Amino acid sequence: MALLAGILTQLLHLALMLATAPLVLGVTRWLRARMLGRRGASPLQPFRDLDRLLRKRPVLAENASWLSEAAPQAGLVACMAAAALVPSFAGGMLLAPAGDLLVVVGLLAAARMALLLAALDVGTAFGGMGAARAMSIPVLAEPVLLLCAVSFAILAGTTNLDGIAAAFREGAPGLRLSLALAGAAMLVVALAANARRPVQGPGSLAEPAMLEEAMLLESSGRHLALWEYQSALRLTLWLSLLAALLLPYGMAPAGAGPFAWLLGLLAWAAKIGVLCLALTCFEGASARMRLFRLPGILGLALLLALLAAALLFLGTGPA
Amino acid sequence: MGVSAGFAVLAAFSLLAGLPEGVLALPLGPPWGAASLALDGLSAWFLLLLGMVGACTSLFALGAPPGPARSLPPFPLLLAGMALSLTAADAFLLLLGLGLAALAAGALVAVEHGQAEARMAARRHLILAALAAGCLMPACGLLAGPAGAYDFAAMRGVPPEGWRAGAVLALGMLGAGALAGQLPFAQGAAPGHAAALLSGAMPGLTIYVLARLLADLCGPAQPSWWGLPLLAAGAVSALLGALQALREEDGQSLLAWAGIGHLGLAVSGLGLALAFRGADLGALAGLAAGAALLQALGQGVFMALLVLAAGAVAHTAGSRKLDRLGGLIHAMPVTAACTLIGVLAASCLPPLSGFAGAWLLLQSVLAGWRVGFIGFQLAAAAATVLAALALALVAAAMLRLFGMAFLGRPRSPRGAGAHEVSRPERWAILLPAGLTLLLGLFPGVLLLLAEPALGVLTGRAAAPVRDLALLAGDRPAAYAPLVLALVLALSGGLLAWLLRRRSPLAAARGPAWDGGFIAPPDYLPFGDPLTQPSASGLAQPLRRMLGEPRAARLPSDSTPRLRDWLAGRVGWLPGLTARQGLSLGFGTLVLLLVLLLWPGGR
Amino acid sequence: MSLASLPQEIAHLPGCVMLLLSFLLLRQRREAAAIKALAAQGVMLALAAALQGWVQGAPQLLLVALIEVAGKLVLLPMALWALLRRSGPQPAAERAGDSGPHLIAGIALVALAVLLVQPITGPGQAVAREDLALSLAILLLGLLLMATRRGAIQRVSGLAGLENGAILAAVSAGGMPLLPALSLAGLALTGVVLAGAFLHRVPRLAHGGERG
Repeated sequence: MALLAGILTQLLHLALMLATAPLVLGVTRWLRARMLGRRGASPLQPFRDLDRLLRKRPVLAENASWLSEAAPQAGLVACMAAAALVPSFAGGMLLAPAGDLLVVVGLLAAARMALLLAALDVGTAFGGMGAARAMSIPVLAEPVLLLCAVSFAILAGTTNLDGIAAAFREGAPGLRLSLALAGAAMLVVALAANARRPVQGPGSLAEPAMLEEAMLLESSGRHLALWEYQSALRLTLWLSLLAALLLPYGMAPAGAGPFAWLLGLLAWAAKIGVLCLALTCFEGASARMRLFRLPGILGLALLLALLAAALLFLGTGPA
Repeated sequence: MGVSAGFAVLAAFSLLAGLPEGVLALPLGPPWGAASLALDGLSAWFLLLLGMVGACTSLFALGAPPGPARSLPPFPLLLAGMALSLTAADAFLLLLGLGLAALAAGALVAVEHGQAEARMAARRHLILAALAAGCLMPACGLLAGPAGAYDFAAMRGVPPEGWRAGAVLALGMLGAGALAGQLPFAQGAAPGHAAALLSGAMPGLTIYVLARLLADLCGPAQPSWWGLPLLAAGAVSALLGALQALREEDGQSLLAWAGIGHLGLAVSGLGLALAFRGADLGALAGLAAGAALLQALGQGVFMALLVLAAGAVAHTAGSRKLDRLGGLIHAMPVTAACTLIGVLAASCLPPLSGFAGAWLLLQSVLAGWRVGFIGFQLAAAAATVLAALALALVAAAMLRLFGMAFLGRPRSPRGAGAHEVSRPERWAILLPAGLTLLLGLFPGVLLLLAEPALGVLTGRAAAPVRDLALLAGDRPAAYAPLVLALVLALSGGLLAWLLRRRSPLAAARGPAWDGGFIAPPDYLPFGDPLTQPSASGLAQPLRRMLGEPRAARLPSDSTPRLRDWLAGRVGWLPGLTARQGLSLGFGTLVLLLVLLLWPGGR
Repeated sequence: MSLASLPQEIAHLPGCVMLLLSFLLLRQRREAAAIKALAAQGVMLALAAALQGWVQGAPQLLLVALIEVAGKLVLLPMALWALLRRSGPQPAAERAGDSGPHLIAGIALVALAVLLVQPITGPGQAVAREDLALSLAILLLGLLLMATRRGAIQRVSGLAGLENGAILAAVSAGGMPLLPALSLAGLALTGVVLAGAFLHRVPRLAHGGERG
């Protein structure tokens, strides 16, 4: 019975993530347009964009290799696997025991590696520049993420995502300062990993601002559709991860029935909506930074995470 | 070739079927007693590594065009020396094996002794080998105890204490560091297959020497702070190796420094295992020791693969410098595909072999706070940051290597004339690629095989495995590569089916867009080199963000600067400015506080 | 694991923000932003004193909070702005990787502070350890700021940071006598140094000339 519930929740969760990824992207863009005083495109526009792109014939450069065909699919597959592991509306899914924070980080790194390889494939200037810049962001962001994992490991006793969510939901550590600090550091890392403002400006075609657009300049048709869908899925995945780690209230516990799942779904939708709104407000209030000031902001996040870990070390010393 | 395959089979059999008890006494040996060989868990594990790497490189050597005659005999000697030091059961044979391996490696490095760089590399190599011998001999002597018995069984009976233990730690670390330091020099100058054997097996040998001397022979009664120098040295060397790999513009040197980066990660795993063992945290010690062993094995295989591929590329494309390669994925498809697997494994991406070792290492360093001593907790947090930095930097360096050499367009006419390698060489590169895939999918099986080695290192032979998935912690976090591979395959199938239905049109070909890209002028028939990224250009944003100056300063001209600075400092006390006075006061205060911390100073 | 309770956790928050502001001061090269960070640190100190007064039930801490607000939020920034105006505009040099060694030195000092407070034992020791570690770290960072920066404004920021750390420690310790007098004395010390900076050849000091 628990196995059946696990399988059902896993399939529902995967379908939910895959279906709502473009919607999350559309809602974020619509909110930003509203905040800037424009009417904004409908939140369903990304679906139509993807459909249109999928129908078109892709064009590859003459010296592009099989990597340009295979990398979009490989990257999306890695992202889908990561999305299957991150809990959203219910705990105790089928793949929950294999859903580890470090494994999710590794899969996202694999997806990013696929994008970087595709950018370098044709051997053009923009691709190389975008790849060189994009290589430098995870170098600064991953140490911060691992220090936050230290705090989570001390507070929840594990790095299993389901385990952390369950531990925080049952309120064992309570409202803690270290959790707030580590959460703030993770928010900064999420901004950097998804290339949102103030780290980068998505959708901008000015050369100093180009990061992901520079890497996607050569792709078209279904390749471009796959890359854009992958970035939408990555955003949804990060928002879901933040919701599960920092706001796990409302998630259906393992082995609950369909009524708890419905409540969990509503809670998840509310949490994602709140996070989208917070993201849009923060983006609207900040301007894009110079790329070389990135160490400053990620250094601040590193300090936050280090302080959280140090406070926990002090607190759990010999009683 | 058959010999090394025989090693691999022997090691695998013995791990599976149970190890032979006791030692094999040889009829010959040093004046004070008979030399002896033994095969316990630790030796068998590293012999497995040596066998696998040796088999791949011997196969490659069969297919490669033969070098001068003087390059033929040292290769089996190198293999024999390494095998001897791995199976030695007394200090004499261990050091003899290491010396033999060092001499053979020096002979291989000096094959091209017509070139000045090869001669300098050989000289540096021999100096480092002498340093290693000079450190390890006194270490073994200190371990031998008052009775002067040099075989391992007797050494285990008299574990050192106090200053002797500290001296053994320091000497062992220095010796192992000298052994590992040979890598960047030797790898650059040796012929392809020998470089691959060195880069694959030498780090394993270093970890074996460290493990044998510090974990096994010094006994389990060492205090917990023993692991701290190893942890610190491992983390720092991982970071430095990765940073240097980003600066290198030569394919082989880049791989050598990346190898040192990975070696540093394995050494820090070993340090953690020692610290946990000293703090009586047996399960965590097993976790960290398993991380070190898996990392050592995985690193040996994928490093050998990458160095073999780099050697093949250097041979067919005529240059090792990244700035003269490019676009080789079209000319050498099989090599490119295997190198891609090696690069992905070296970047520690799931579900390949590098990720299993890195996952175990990160889990054990995340659990470092359980030791309880707050200095160690802070050190573990610092090691977490350094290890994460090193992993990300190595991934960036690997991407740079693959992107410059195989992707893009050719950067030189000679590079455009590359061709695929011969059939034996192709099999020699496919073999480690397949091994990397296998090792990545079945780390649980490997850890179960490594249980005797874990028993030697930590005292309890329990691998952190359940149902072929790796486990860590009390509310266990798990890494199940088979499940992950299944999920990836299913997602891939689903995606392929969807794409076939919604997007059936095949791709068309056209000129590159790049926001406006024109054909190169007539006098540059192979394209304008300025429109492609260069080796230093790919690393420039990262290096600038990490705060390095535009031009890297060589260490050789820092000594006269240091001397001038010191000369200028004489007679400075009366001329202090207020800021310098404040700094002096502040420095004294910090020094006093640090002295307060010194154990026994309360 | 004996973790602190919720009100004590909240009382730690201004201390953490003060520590982050110290790091910000360490990295900041523009004087105007440094003055704003200093004022924010003073506000946080006042908030910390008020919260500790509520947690410990000591009304004199509220008086300390008022004194800190008056001094650090009003008087000190006014004096520093006046000093800045008198010294005129300065070239602001900001390079990307410059603050790396200072950041690492700052982190090492925080680690030192954490290690130093380790042997505190007794009832309520976890909270005491955290409080003392925070205050000691802010103190050491203030010293680092004073020792490694040129210019009068950075020096005074360092001295103010030093004094903030000391008063935070005094406030969190609980039961210390004469706390309002202590905070007044600290403010007076800063005022004396500022007066010296005003009177003693202002342009050279503020520009951070060779004699420091």
